Amino acid sequence: MQAHELREDETVAFDVPELLVDRATHYCPGCHHGVAHRLVAEVLTEMGVAEDTICVSSIGCSVFIYNYLAVDTVEAPHGRAPAVATGVKRARKDKIVFAYQGDGDLASIGLAEIMHAANRGERMTIVFVNNTVYGMTGGQMAPTTLVGQKTTTCPSGRCRDTEGLPMKMAEIIAGLGGVAYSARVSLDSVKHIRAAKKALRKAFDVQQNDLGFGFVEMLSACPTNWRMDAVKANKRIAEEMIPYFPLGVYKDVTEAEGVC
Amino acid sequence: MSSEKTERIFIKGNEAIAHGALAAGCRCYFGYPITPQNDIPEMMSSAIPAAGGEFVQAESEVAAANMLLGAAACGVRAFTSSSSPGVSLMQEAISYMAGSELPGVIVNMNRGGPGLGDIGPSQGDYFQSVKGGGHGDYRTYVLAPATCQECYDMMFEAFDVAYRFRTPVLVLGDAIVGQMKEPVTPWKRDDLDPATEGADWRLQGAKGRPARLLKSLFLEDGALAGQNRNLQAKYEAMKELARAESFETEDADLVVVAFGSIGRIAKSAIRKLRAQGHKVGLVRPVTLFPFPEKVLQDLAAKGKRFLTIEHNCGQMVDDVRLAVRAYCDSDFYGHMPGELPGSDDFLKPILDALGRK
Amino acid sequence: MSRVVFLEDRCKGCLLCTTVCPKSIIRQSSRFNRQGYKVAEVPAEDMHECTACTSCALICPDAAIRVYKTKKTKAGE
Repeated sequence: MQAHELREDETVAFDVPELLVDRATHYCPGCHHGVAHRLVAEVLTEMGVAEDTICVSSIGCSVFIYNYLAVDTVEAPHGRAPAVATGVKRARKDKIVFAYQGDGDLASIGLAEIMHAANRGERMTIVFVNNTVYGMTGGQMAPTTLVGQKTTTCPSGRCRDTEGLPMKMAEIIAGLGGVAYSARVSLDSVKHIRAAKKALRKAFDVQQNDLGFGFVEMLSACPTNWRMDAVKANKRIAEEMIPYFPLGVYKDVTEAEGVC
Repeated sequence: MSSEKTERIFIKGNEAIAHGALAAGCRCYFGYPITPQNDIPEMMSSAIPAAGGEFVQAESEVAAANMLLGAAACGVRAFTSSSSPGVSLMQEAISYMAGSELPGVIVNMNRGGPGLGDIGPSQGDYFQSVKGGGHGDYRTYVLAPATCQECYDMMFEAFDVAYRFRTPVLVLGDAIVGQMKEPVTPWKRDDLDPATEGADWRLQGAKGRPARLLKSLFLEDGALAGQNRNLQAKYEAMKELARAESFETEDADLVVVAFGSIGRIAKSAIRKLRAQGHKVGLVRPVTLFPFPEKVLQDLAAKGKRFLTIEHNCGQMVDDVRLAVRAYCDSDFYGHMPGELPGSDDFLKPILDALGRK
Repeated sequence: MSRVVFLEDRCKGCLLCTTVCPKSIIRQSSRFNRQGYKVAEVPAEDMHECTACTSCALICPDAAIRVYKTKKTKAGE
């Protein structure tokens, strides 16, 4: 426990797990990677599996999870984390394996890898942080960029005719045979963060219980590339993103016997 | 290293790769269909689960190579196989394995190229294999089998070198080597201990120790330079393993340099010419990287001349010329990819080279 | 009585915490930390209003907030 300055007559109402490395992050103010990292650290700690977990980091701002989570980690090429995670899990089926990816990495270059790992029912958990842009590289259009949203590669706003509609990954993944759990959550409010943690736990549970592939899409902000301050960016999630990317559980086989 | 030999089996080179990998302790195979190596994933799909390992037919060669990266990160012996266009897709993952220092083994049964090419043999992937088909300053250890027995034996060496140096290793065959059938004597190793291999760097969960990180990203000032120096030192250290087969070179006037199946076919041509009294020999590089330059330099120092024969438009000849540059040049005969080579095809080029002074 | 502690070196001044406090006692201070962010704070005179709901800590992306609840001896707690 990192309980700073706890007094004799107090209990700790909120502290962060030791699995979250005790250092300031480099992420932008209002970036939800910090929240997502913390939820992963909490879930792994509560499950008691942190020492048997292997993380696959992806390419984007997401790569730096390895600086903030004290878990054995391998860095995957852009989009390939689900394939690398497949190799890890097949090599060490006794370990908990998860990949942590952004929307450019997972839904663009990595679409084949995520869908096939999901379809095979690989016993792994995917944490998908969706902020509707390529963050690390300066805010280019991503497969999840909303129609009309301006980015550096669609400066007039995403146009449906030439760029298509944003992809709804939680629904797509839910449609694949090997998936045991697929949900979309948001990190924009306290209520949503509490629900996000529950969904994340479920996505790890289905792995641990050998039921199939676990997937959680977390709607997040990118204040810097959205050209907004953190509070405004956070509001955008509720006002613009949730209406298009509805929150919910799209597949959950935990009542049944699994997927294989 | 103890070994037990068993009865000979009559198998394809592709099958020998699979047999050798299993005997060498491979526990994960990731593959994808492409001619002329399909025997490998087909055989592994039943043989490796039977041996307690894992088989995945990946969604693409890109995915297969990345699965290999993941398994290698865990210190588990794993390999993938493909042919030229598929190996092109694997280049990014190979570069990442080199930069992250991961021991993956990749088998390439070279077919005709460029592009879709044909399904016959060629040696057009020499540059891709030896000069590094992926980005950045890395090299892969490259073995070039010429017989089905070498296909089997080289899988042991491939894994051993991969783990000794923490580096990806390539086994470069071709459609001839992959599809021909020969008797192979299988053998096993008794001294392999997967529990200890890679124990000081592999990922297995941070129990009782700090978390480990396997990566190729080095952003801090000077960090990437340090990693590159580390890698270069590794490749320098590999040089002691360079080797070649020498055949009738002692009194040869002309030395043919050829690798893989072409080395074997050249040997037949040389036997024919020797029977006619011509003084011709062969150096068949077995490791393409590190290149056996010393063998060639020693022969060049004795005044011998060279003819490089390849099944491509001229790739290894560059390395032969570099090796002997202090003494002489090398002639070149390239059998064109898309035409099957036979030993008679090499007679005239060798005689022409002999005739040139 | 409860209280929150802001680890000011971690705070990036994003002010998300100010949007979720049910007692509205979190505000932007006038202090800059070493990173140049204007940090959030609960003025000392308002700390007694804190209920340890942990909303601020939950929404903080930087693990910059700790929340402590005084152990109560009153019945019903």
